[in-house]
Amino acid sequence: MARPKRERLMKLSRRALLASGIAAFAAPRIAFAQAETIKVGVLHSLSGTMAISETTLKDTMLMLIEAQNAKGGVLGKQLEAVVVDPASDWPLFAEKARELLTVSNVDVMFGCWTSVSRKSVLPVIEELNGLLFYPVQYEGEESSKNVFYTGAAPNQQAIPAVDYFLEELGIEKFALLGTDYVYPRTTNNILESYLLSKGIAKEDIFVNYTPFGHSDWSKIVGDVVALGADGKKVGVISTINGDANIGFYKELAAAGVTADKLPVVAFSVGEEELSGLDTSNLVGHLAAWNYFMSADTPENAAFIAQWKAFIKDDARVTNDPMEAHYIGFNMWVNAVTAAGTTDVDAVSAAMIGQKFPNLTGGVAEMLPNHHLTKPVLIGEIRADGQFDIISQTDPVPGDAWTDFLPASAVLAADWKDLKCGMYNTETKTCVQLTSNY
Amino acid sequence: MQTSRTNPSLTVFVATLLAFAVLITALSEGYGTGHLSTSFIKTLGKTLCLGLAALAMDLIWGYAGILSLGHMAFFALGGYMIGMWLMYARTREIVEASLSGGGLPATPQELEQGIASQIFGVVGGSDLPFIWGFAHSFPLQMALVVLVPGVLALVFGWLAFRARVTGVYLSILTQAMTLALALYLFQNESGLRGNNGLSGLQNLPGLADVDQATLSVWFFWASAAALGLAYLLISWIVSGKFGSVIRAIRDDEARVRFLGYSVEGYKLFVFALTAVVIALAGALYYPQAGIINPAELAPTASIYLAVWVAIGGRGRLYGAVIGAAVVSLLSSWFTGGRAPSIPLGFGRLDWVDWWQVLLGLTFVLVTLFAPKGLGGLFDALTGLRSPNRRGAALGPDQGALQEREAQK
Amino acid sequence: MRHLSRFLLIALCWLWTGFAQAQVAQEILQSNSALVEKASRQTIGPVIDALATSGDPAAAMILGAWSAKGLGLRKTDGRFVLLGPSADGYALRDLNGNDIGTAPTAEIAELKPNAGVRGLIATALVQFNLSDPDPTKRADALASIASDPTEAGLAPLRASIAAEKDAGLLAQKQRLERLLTLRFDPDSAARVMAIQSFGADIGLDLRGALNPLLATRRVVVVGAAPPDANIAQELLPGKTLTIAQAYELLQAANLAPARLTLADQRAALIANLENGAVGGVALAVLNTQAARDRAYTALEVAGKVPLATTEDEVTSALANHRFFDVYLEADPAVTQAASTALAAISQQVGIMQAADLALDGLSLASIYFLAAIGLAITFGVMGVINMAHGEFITIGAYTGFVVQQWVPNYTASILIALPLAFAVTFAIGVAMERLVIRHLYKRPLETLLATFGISIALQQILKNIFGTQARPLTSPAWLDGAWVLNDVVSISYIRIAIFVLALVFLAFFLWLMKRTRLGLEVRAVTQNPTMAASMGINPDRINMLTFGIGSGIAGIAGVAIGLFAKVTSELGTDYIVQSFMTVVVGGVGNIWGALAGATMIGGLQKAIEWLNPSNTLAAQTYMILFIILFIQFRPRGIIALKGRAAGD
Repeated sequence: MARPKRERLMKLSRRALLASGIAAFAAPRIAFAQAETIKVGVLHSLSGTMAISETTLKDTMLMLIEAQNAKGGVLGKQLEAVVVDPASDWPLFAEKARELLTVSNVDVMFGCWTSVSRKSVLPVIEELNGLLFYPVQYEGEESSKNVFYTGAAPNQQAIPAVDYFLEELGIEKFALLGTDYVYPRTTNNILESYLLSKGIAKEDIFVNYTPFGHSDWSKIVGDVVALGADGKKVGVISTINGDANIGFYKELAAAGVTADKLPVVAFSVGEEELSGLDTSNLVGHLAAWNYFMSADTPENAAFIAQWKAFIKDDARVTNDPMEAHYIGFNMWVNAVTAAGTTDVDAVSAAMIGQKFPNLTGGVAEMLPNHHLTKPVLIGEIRADGQFDIISQTDPVPGDAWTDFLPASAVLAADWKDLKCGMYNTETKTCVQLTSNY
Repeated sequence: MQTSRTNPSLTVFVATLLAFAVLITALSEGYGTGHLSTSFIKTLGKTLCLGLAALAMDLIWGYAGILSLGHMAFFALGGYMIGMWLMYARTREIVEASLSGGGLPATPQELEQGIASQIFGVVGGSDLPFIWGFAHSFPLQMALVVLVPGVLALVFGWLAFRARVTGVYLSILTQAMTLALALYLFQNESGLRGNNGLSGLQNLPGLADVDQATLSVWFFWASAAALGLAYLLISWIVSGKFGSVIRAIRDDEARVRFLGYSVEGYKLFVFALTAVVIALAGALYYPQAGIINPAELAPTASIYLAVWVAIGGRGRLYGAVIGAAVVSLLSSWFTGGRAPSIPLGFGRLDWVDWWQVLLGLTFVLVTLFAPKGLGGLFDALTGLRSPNRRGAALGPDQGALQEREAQK
Repeated sequence: MRHLSRFLLIALCWLWTGFAQAQVAQEILQSNSALVEKASRQTIGPVIDALATSGDPAAAMILGAWSAKGLGLRKTDGRFVLLGPSADGYALRDLNGNDIGTAPTAEIAELKPNAGVRGLIATALVQFNLSDPDPTKRADALASIASDPTEAGLAPLRASIAAEKDAGLLAQKQRLERLLTLRFDPDSAARVMAIQSFGADIGLDLRGALNPLLATRRVVVVGAAPPDANIAQELLPGKTLTIAQAYELLQAANLAPARLTLADQRAALIANLENGAVGGVALAVLNTQAARDRAYTALEVAGKVPLATTEDEVTSALANHRFFDVYLEADPAVTQAASTALAAISQQVGIMQAADLALDGLSLASIYFLAAIGLAITFGVMGVINMAHGEFITIGAYTGFVVQQWVPNYTASILIALPLAFAVTFAIGVAMERLVIRHLYKRPLETLLATFGISIALQQILKNIFGTQARPLTSPAWLDGAWVLNDVVSISYIRIAIFVLALVFLAFFLWLMKRTRLGLEVRAVTQNPTMAASMGINPDRINMLTFGIGSGIAGIAGVAIGLFAKVTSELGTDYIVQSFMTVVVGGVGNIWGALAGATMIGGLQKAIEWLNPSNTLAAQTYMILFIILFIQFRPRGIIALKGRAAGD
C-alpha cells in the first residue's frame, strides 16, 4: 500500500541517490525503472558440486533466449538474461532469488537443480510472488502457486521405472542407493511403500545413502552384489546425484557388475553425466527419463543442431532437464503472449492448459497442479554414451502428491478451480496455501 | 573511561556504526524512502553479523595468536540452535491451524506428531528427535544458542590446549573439528534434517503479518547493536591487563608460562568467549539468510573468516570488521551477475567466472605485501608507522604482529 | 484375462507345431507383430516358445539376431527383416538369411527388446546352444541357465555334459548341474548329496541356490502343529515374536478382531459429536488422550460404538493359538542338509568378509597415502602449509585428461601422463615457491592464507579452462576389472595399481632422502638452514627443489586418483583436510609417519563402516573424532621425531 509513494520518492531523489556511496548496489534498481526489456533470471550454480549439471542449463537458457530474441522477442520487447551464480550453496539460492526479484526485477526465473535449493528459494518467491520454472525430476509432495514443475514427478519417472524392474526384469530384491538429501530420501520413501504394496518384503529392500561427491564405492558395490546370496534377483535403483555417479559407475564396471546380473536404473544420470566416463563396461544399465538425446524426431534433431551450434562444440550432448527448460521456456513465452503481460498472476493463469510439442514426440500439457504431462522413457546405456530407448509410454500426467504414501494420497493440487496446492480431498479443505520448506 | 582512552577507535567506530544504521534505515523499504531493496538490507544485516564474527576472530587470532580455523562451526551451531526454535514454532502455528479444522481439538501427541511429520516429512521421517526436546521453549532454546557452542569450545579447547597443541597443528585440528561436525550434521541420523538443513527461518513465528521489508530492518538493527556491544566488550578486554597477558601469550607463550600465568586458562577463556560471540552472530545471521545447512560448516568457511581478518588487518578490531564487510559485499556483488563484464580484445571477462581468481590473488598479495591489511591504511592516515623490517618476522615469535596496537 | 489370452496363444502354437512343421518363423513373427514390436516379458513368452519349437532351421539365428538388436520391421510392407550395417542405413536380409538390398534408416523400425525379453530369448536358445560348436554360445547358454535356474534346464544340461570337450565349460556345466540338482531333482537323496558335495564353498550361486530352500512362511494354528509340515521353528509371543506382531498375524488370518487404532477412535468420536460434547465429555477438553478414552468408553457403554478389544482378550486370543515358521520346502532331509551347509558357509563368508574389509582398508589407505605423500614432503619436511596441494592433485588429473585427448592409446597415454603430470605440477610448485612461499618461511600461518588464496584462484582457473563437467580419464584395458579371489573377496585392478604406485613412491622417497646428495642437503637445510648454508649448501635452491618434488608427486597422485574417481575441478578439495590429518596423525617430518597415518585412517574408516554399513558419513565423522582424541595422547603423531630433528 505504501508502494506508490515510495516509487514516486524514488524517482524524485534519483539524483541524490546516485551521489550516495552505495549507489553501486542500488543503481541497477533504478536502471530497471525505465527498462524496455523483459528480464529472465537464470538461477543455476556455476560453481560448486552441482555446477557439473547446472552449467549446461544456464547455457540452454541463454540459447533459448537468444533464439527467441532473434524471432523478435516477446510482446515486442527483447529478452534479457540475468545470470547469477548461487555456487551450489543453498542459502545463497535464497539470497540470489531475492536479489533477482527485488533488485534485478526479473519477470520470471528459470533455475535450481537439487530439491534442497528449490526448498531454499520457495519461501522467497512465495513471499515476493515470483515465478520459477524448475526443470528437474524431483520427489513431488509439493505444488507451489509460484513454481511450474517442468521435470518429472515420481509417477512420471520413479514408479514406471520400478514397474519396469518388476514386470520386465523380474527383480525380487531392491537396493535403493541415493545421495543424502531431500529428493532421494523422499523418492525412496515413496518407492519403499510402493514396493511393499507390490508384495516385496521389507527385508528385500536395502537402502543406502552417501554424501554428495562420494568417491569410495568399493564396499557399497560389494554389499549390493552380496545381496544376491539368497537367490533372489537383485536390482539397483540409483538416486545418486551429481559427480558421485562417476566413481559409482567406474566401480560397477571394475567389479564386473553387468546389467544382466545386476541391472542399475538411475534417475539422475543422463547423457551429460555419462560423458564423464567410458561407458563400454556399462552397456545395458538403465536410466529412466522423459527425454533421451537419441530420440528419433525432427524436433529433437533441430534442437540438437541448435545446441551444438550455440555451444560451438560438436561433442556436447543434450539431456532431459534441457528439454524441460525448452518446454518450460516456450510455454512461458506463449503464456506471456496470451496474457499480453508479464504479470506473474496473469501469466500463471495463462500457463495452465498450455500445450507444446515434446522433443520425443507427443504434446506436453501444463496441468492445473503446475506439473506437465510427460511420456516415460527407459533407456539402456550404449557404448557411445547414448541411450537406446527400449520403452516409451504415452504421456503420463504429473501427480504432485503421490498415491503411495497414506498421508499424501488424500492430497491434491489444483490452481485453477480449487486455488490450492495442498487440498485435502477427504475433509475438503485447503491445508495450507504456502509450501512446506 | 579507561577503555575509550586506550582504544580511541571505539568512539569513532560506534558513532560510524550508529550513523550507518540510521542512514540505512532512512533509505530502507520498511521505514524509509525505499531506495534500498529489502534484499540489500538483508545483505547488510548479514554483513554486520559476519563483521561480528570477524571481530571475535580478531580477538582470538590477532590478539591471542591462536589461528583457529574452526570458528565458523560455532557460527553455524548458533544458527542451528535458533533455527530449531524458529522452525518448531512456525510449524506449530501451521499444524495447530490445520488440526483445529479436524473436528476435535488436538491432543499434545497429535500436535507433536503433526509437527514432526511436517518438519521431517521431507527427509522421510516422522518422529521428533530428542535433541529437539527444548525447541518448544524460546528461553531454553536461546540458552542453548550460548551453551552448546560454549560447552563444545570449552571441551575442545581444554583437550587441545592441555595437550599443548599450538600453531599450525591447532589450525589443522580445528579444521578437523569443523569437518567432523559438518559430516555429523550431514547425516540424517543427527536429527537436524541432514543436507537439507533448517529452512524458512526468515518467517518469525507469531509475526506472520509483519512483512520482510520491516523484519529486515529489525534484524539489521539487532545485528548493528550486537556488533556495537561486542566491539565495546572486546575493546574493554584487550585494553586491560587481560589484553596485555593474551598479547604476551601470542608473542611468547613459554615466557608467559614461566612468569606464572595459567596460559591454558587464558587461552581457553578466549577460545570459549569468542565461540559464544560467534554463535550469537550466527543466531542473528541465519534468520536473515533463511536457511542453514551443514555446508555452512565446511572447512573453507572458517578459512574465509581468517582471510577476512587478514585482509582487514589483524590486531585491529575495526580492521577485522572492515575486512569482513568489504570481502563479503564484493563477493555478493560480483557473483550477483550485475558487475559489468570487461570487454577484452579476444573475448569478454565475465566476473562470475573470474571473481574467485581475483579474490584468491588478492589474498596472496595482501599476505605478501600488506600484512597489516586494510587496517594498515588507517595506520598510515594517523601517522602510526612501524619500522621497515625488510621482510623479517614482525615479532619475536614467528607470525606475531607486535605493534603498539593496544593504543590504537 | 491375460492368462486366458496366453492360454489361447499357447494352444495356437501347439497346433502350429503339431500339424504344420512347415510353419516358418516369418509367419509366427508376422502374425504376432504387435506383440513383437512392443515386446514385453509378460506377453512375449509364447511367441518365443513358438519360434523355438517351430522347427524352422533359421529360428535360432532369428532369435539371436532379435536379441542382438539385429531384427527390424520394414515400415513399407510391415515385414520383419534381418538388419546389418551399411553405408546409408541398413543392409537387409530376409529371415532365411538371403540379401534383399538396403534401406535408409527412416524406413526401418529397429526392434529393441528389453533385457527381460532378451533373457527369455536366451532361455529359449539354451536348447540350441548348449551343444553348439561355438564355445562362446555354450557359455552364453550356461549363463542363461544360471541367471534363471528352472527345472526344465536340468535335463538338457545333463545331456550336454557327456559331449563337452572344453575343460573350463565342463567344470561350469558340472557345477551348474549340481546346483540345479539340489533344487529340482525329484530324488531327496540326490539333492542332499548335491548339497553336501559343495562343502563350505562360498560361491554366491551356491548361497543363491541354498537360501531359497530355507524360505519359510508364518502359520497360525489352533492346537497342535500340523503333522505334515516341515517346521523350522515355533514362535512364542512375547519372546521370539512381539505381542503386536503376533496379534497382527491373528488378525491377518481372520482369527481375531482388529484392535481400535487412535485414528479410528478419533473418527468415532467425531461421528458421535452431539451438542458440543461426546459421550458427555465436552469437546473443549478432548485435547488429551485420557479424555478421549473416557469419551469412547462412555460411547461403548451407550452402545453407540463397537467394543474395543481389551488387553485380556488379546492375551487369551494369543494363548489359544500357536505360531510356526514352516519351510516351503517339504523335505526335512533337504532343509536339514541345507541349513547345515549354510552354517558352515556363513562362517567361511565371515572370514572372507574380514579379508575383503582388510583389502578395502588397505586400498583406501594407499589412496590417502598417495594423496598425502606430496604433503609429507612440503609440510612434513619443510613445514610449509600448502593449501593448494589439492589443486596440484587436480592439475595432475587434468593433465592425464589432456594427454588422453592427444594420445588415444590408453596405455601409452597413462605412461606419458605420469611424468608429464609430474613436470607440470613441479613447474607450478617451483613458480609458487619462488613467487610466494619464499617470502613467508618465517610466517608459517600466513603461508596457509596465501596458499589458500592460490588454491581458490587455481580452482576457478581450472574451472574456466576445463568447464565444470566431469572429464573422462580412462584406465587402460589391462586395468579394467577386478582381481577376484572368490565371490566375497575381490579388489579392482586399478586399486591394486594405486597400491603399487604408493609403494613405489615410498621407495622413491626413501631413496631420495637417504641415498642421494639432494636428500642429504634437504635434511641438512630442514634441520638447520644457517649451518647448512655455511657448509656451502644453497638453502634457496634446496627449498625450491623440495617444494617442486612434493608438488610433482601430488600431480602423479592426481593421475592415479583420477583413474578411479571423477575428474572435476573439485577433485583435490576432497582430499586436502584428510591429507593434512594423515600427516599430522602419522607424525610430521617422517615418511613412515605418513604411511602409518594413512594406514590408521584408512583402516579405521573401513572398520567403522563395517560396524555401520548403511552410513558412510558416520564412519568419516567418528574417524575424525578419533583423530582429535588421538592427538591428545600423541600430540606429535604415531611416529614422532626425537631429539634435534624434532626442531623446537
